[in-house]
This record gives sequence, structure tokens and C-alpha cells, in this order.
Amino acid sequence: MSGLVAITGLTVAFSGQPALRGVDLAVGRGEAVGLVGESGCGKSVTWLAALGLLPSRAEIGGSVRLEGEELIGAPPARLERVRGGRIAMIFQDPASSLNPVHRVGRQIAEALSLHRGLEGASARAEARRLLDLVGIPDASRRLDAYPHEFSGGQNQRVMIAMALAGRPELLVADEPTTALDVTIQAQILDLLHSLRREFGMALVLISHDLGVVSETCERVAVMYAGRIVEEAPTERIFADPRHPYTRGLLGALPPLAGPKRRLASIPGGVPEPWAMPPGCAFAPRCAAHRPECDRAAPHPLPVAPGHRAACLRATEPAAAEPVPA
Amino acid sequence: MVRFLLSRLLRAAVTIVLVVTFAFVVLRLSGDPAQIIMGADAPPEAVDAFRTAWGLDQPVWVQYFHYFGAIASGDLGRSMRDGREAIVLVAERIPATLALTVPALLIKLLLGIPAGIYAALHRNSAVDRALMVAAVAGFTVPSFVLGLLLVLVFAVQLGWLPSGGQESWRHAILPVATLGIGGAAVLARFTRSAMLEVLGQPYIRTASAKGLTWRAVVWSHALPNAAIPTVTIVGFMVGSLIAGAVVVESVFSWPGVGRLMVVAVANRDLAVVQCILLLVAATMVVANLTVDVLYGVLDPRLRTGIRRAGAG
Repeated sequence: MSGLVAITGLTVAFSGQPALRGVDLAVGRGEAVGLVGESGCGKSVTWLAALGLLPSRAEIGGSVRLEGEELIGAPPARLERVRGGRIAMIFQDPASSLNPVHRVGRQIAEALSLHRGLEGASARAEARRLLDLVGIPDASRRLDAYPHEFSGGQNQRVMIAMALAGRPELLVADEPTTALDVTIQAQILDLLHSLRREFGMALVLISHDLGVVSETCERVAVMYAGRIVEEAPTERIFADPRHPYTRGLLGALPPLAGPKRRLASIPGGVPEPWAMPPGCAFAPRCAAHRPECDRAAPHPLPVAPGHRAACLRATEPAAAEPVPA
Repeated sequence: MVRFLLSRLLRAAVTIVLVVTFAFVVLRLSGDPAQIIMGADAPPEAVDAFRTAWGLDQPVWVQYFHYFGAIASGDLGRSMRDGREAIVLVAERIPATLALTVPALLIKLLLGIPAGIYAALHRNSAVDRALMVAAVAGFTVPSFVLGLLLVLVFAVQLGWLPSGGQESWRHAILPVATLGIGGAAVLARFTRSAMLEVLGQPYIRTASAKGLTWRAVVWSHALPNAAIPTVTIVGFMVGSLIAGAVVVESVFSWPGVGRLMVVAVANRDLAVVQCILLLVAATMVVANLTVDVLYGVLDPRLRTGIRRAGAG
């Protein structure tokens, strides 16, 4: 798979407090990658930083390359062509992510005009086709509706239509289904899945829900406290998780089959950015904690092809605490 | 829409009636107009004769119904001072007041709104801080203090401008500045906070993520939303075009409606005071009505609300 986006050593700090502490992530052409972790771990910040969408007070370091072209520190004009044109992004709360005072047709047409030079009737026709494509019934009439006249799920479809307008090579979906009902969630995920197949578009699905990611993505990266702690093909993450945090996350998932069991929770809380432990950020909560864990943050160790985990014991399959069965 | 307007008109009418009633009662409870107008040492017979002539000897509620009957037939009463029609007296003064308040309104809009937008877009910059300090000063300093300060500097010390009167356009500069600066400060602060609120909304991030330039994001996504709350305060400013200059007219001896009202209240010239208050209430109500309609134009969410209310 050829590389599309390569993120290396990405750091972000807000007024001196680190939010990202060196993120390395690669996304291949047409690949679907899940980015998992609890809120505040830096999943969204990673991609907002990559696209230059963070407020100017954010201090950003490291590198994000889009087919070799550096995005960090790129001039605004270059970033504007990338945003929506090559990398599109949709967000968690579709209802407030669309401008309440403009008709959805106009909001889609704006992207069409920016990235494909379509204006007037041709933009309208294309916007209608896109609404059709994302499954909005009666698209030609709904072009003139305002966001508040749509349901949450429909608004997310509109957001997706708008994201597709620029024919992006990568769609970053930031918790796209978190604000939606479970049935609607499944529909939106199906839609993303089929659109990706149809257009050969890469997808980064940001979620706190491993279940959501497992259905849609080929590869999963788990984030904790501003770093990627484990990365592997989806089936491997579930079959053979090596980082204790990943194990903890899996243990917190209810089993689909078999007897009911008490869901495991990870003791303690995420360390605050101003009180990061000197070594591994997960050490204070880790059952397999050893003195050397506190010396320095562990580097990702290769476990298997495409599988790496940032844990000193990652290569000892049986050593770490077992996943509660 | 028609139904919406009708309900708003009805509410407006009730507001006006309440204002007029309140003024009517308070003016009659706060001292005997006959005694004040005739003077403390006037002979009692003369005062009684004055009372009878103006109907002040009748119970207040009888006077009240007469008054409303007269208003309904378009008669707003006569000045007890010189017997001229109150409406004429007031109408004569309106142009002078507007000569101050309209330019002042323009200053408020042209200075206040851009300053607020600029401050919001350059939040925490030196310019933002300076603007906001100026804005706080501008709306905490009472207009008579600001007016006297301007007189002190530009009339007394520098001698550039006259300190009062209405002989030429130069006489209008200081009162207009006094009115405009304070209002611009209020509007700047208000616009700034409206803009900041909007700039923090997710749809602004969506607009940027789409690839729009920051300028386009501000113009076509932030400003139309920030205009919605700002319209309220602008409407209030438009509504006070008639009554907003009472203090400033007094400070600068400017013969406008405000000055007339101060004199009429002091003299208990009932019909004139009531006429002015009616006019003020009517302007305020019309301004509010316009704001309500503008809300509908600016905010589609309210438009549907109105359509639904109309249909339901």
C-alpha cells in the first residue's frame, strides 16, 4: 500500500501543556484506519493539527506529510487547497457543524466551487447528486432546506456529502456517530464503508468505541495521553493485544457471545498534561508495572508485521496480565 | 407571518397603553400641577379657576378616560403654559433632536461594529485590549461627565468648538461625539462578544475544514450569525433616537425634545410630557417590531418557528 499521509513526531501543546507527545501514524492510499482512545487523548487534535485547524495559540511540532508535501507550517493558501480538496473532515455533532443560517445546498456548493470550480446550475446539480448519493430522499427539494430542518443522522449525511464534494483522497471522520442513535450509527458507518469502496478513498475513523472501529477499519491505532501506544491490523488488536491499555479497553467491551461477565474497568484516571509520569504514561494504572517503566517513555516495539506496541513487555505475549475472559 | 405581525402589533399597543397610563398617574401623584404652574404665592381663587379650566378638579379616573378619549380622536392636549397644541410643540423640537441622534447613531454603527469585529478577530492582541479598555470607559462614564469633559478640553482649553447652543453645525459636534462615543463603546463590546461566541462554534471549524479562506469564513459564516444578537442592541439604539439625548441636550443647551421634556416635567406641563412619552414609547415599540421581523430574516430557525406558529 503506498503512503498517503505520514505523521512523524507530531507534538501539540496548549500554553505549554502538551496535548500530543510525539505521534507517529501512516495512512496508506485507500486504507481505513481506526484511531481509538478515550476523550482527551489527542485523537482529534492530531488531525486538527495536521490540517492547521487548531487555534493559533497551539504550539505544533513534528511533521505531517501528504505524499511528501509538508503540511505543518505550510502557507495558508496551500493548506486551504488540501482542506476539503485532498483531506476532508467530518465531526462529532453534525447539527452544530453545519451553519444554521445557510441552506445545505449552498454549503455543499461552496465546497464544489472551491475545489471543482462548479458554479450556479452545475454546482446545484452536483450538490443534488451528492445528497442523493449519501441517501437523502427528495434531494432536489432538500437542497433548499436549512440544517435545523434535518435530523441528526441526515445532517451527518449532509456533512458527508459536503466532504465528498472536493473528491478527497482521505476522509477523517471524527466520532461521526457518537451523537447519533444506535440504529442511525450503523447506517452512517455502512454509508462511510460503501463510499470508501466506491471512491477508493482512505478513511480515518476517530472513535472511543473499539466496536465501531472494528467493523469499518483494516488497521487500528490506540492512543493514550497524547501518544500512539499500539498499532496493528484490526484482527490482531482483538486477537493478540500487547499493550496493557489496549487489553484494558478490550476488557471493558461486553462479550457478544458466552456467559455474562462483569465488565473490567481500568483503575485510576488519565494523568493530567501537567502531571505526566516520567516514564510510561500508563504506568500508574498498569497491573504489570515494573520499576524500569518509570525511567523513560517506552518506544514502540515491533511485535509482528504491522503490529507495534509501546510497552517494555510487548514482546512477552504471556507475561502481561491476561485479558479477562 | 401575518398572524405573527398581528400578535406583535397587539403587544405593542398594550405596551404603549401601559406607558401612557403610568406617565399619566405618576405625573398627577407627584405634585399639584395647578399650584406649580400658577406659582406658590398665586391667589387660591386663581389656582382653583386654573384647575377647573384644565379639568384637574375632576377625579383622576375621569381625567384618565377623557384623556384616552381625546387621544383616540387624535387630540394630544395643549400645553398648560402657552396653550399651544402639545403635538406641535413636540414636533417642532424633533428635527433638532434627530440632528444629534442620527449622526450619533451612524458613529455608533460605523465605529462600534467594526471595532468589535476587529477586536474579536484579534482576541487578546494589544489592539483588542486597548479597544476593550476604551469600550469599558466609554460605557461606564455617564454621558454628562463625558460631555463636560469634552467641553472642558475642546471648548474651554483649546477653544476649538462652542460649548453649547444651536447656531451652527459646529455646535452639534460635541453633543454628537458625546452620544456617539458612549454608544459605539457599548456596541463594540457587544459585537465582540457576539463574534467570539460564533467563532467558537463547530460550523466555523467546518467552514475552515472545507478549505475556505479565513476571510471567507468570517464574512460568509461568522458575520451573518453574529448579526443576529447584534441586531437587538442596534434596534434599541434606533428606538432611542427620540429620547436618547435628554441628558446631552441639557448639558449642551440643545433645544431638542429631551430638553423640552426636562422643562415640561419641571413645570408639570402634563400634556407635553405625556405627548413626549407617547412618542418615545411608539418609537421604541416600532424599533422592537422591526427587530423581531429582522430576526426572522436573519435566522431561518425562527422563520420556521413563525411559519409553524402561523399554521398551528
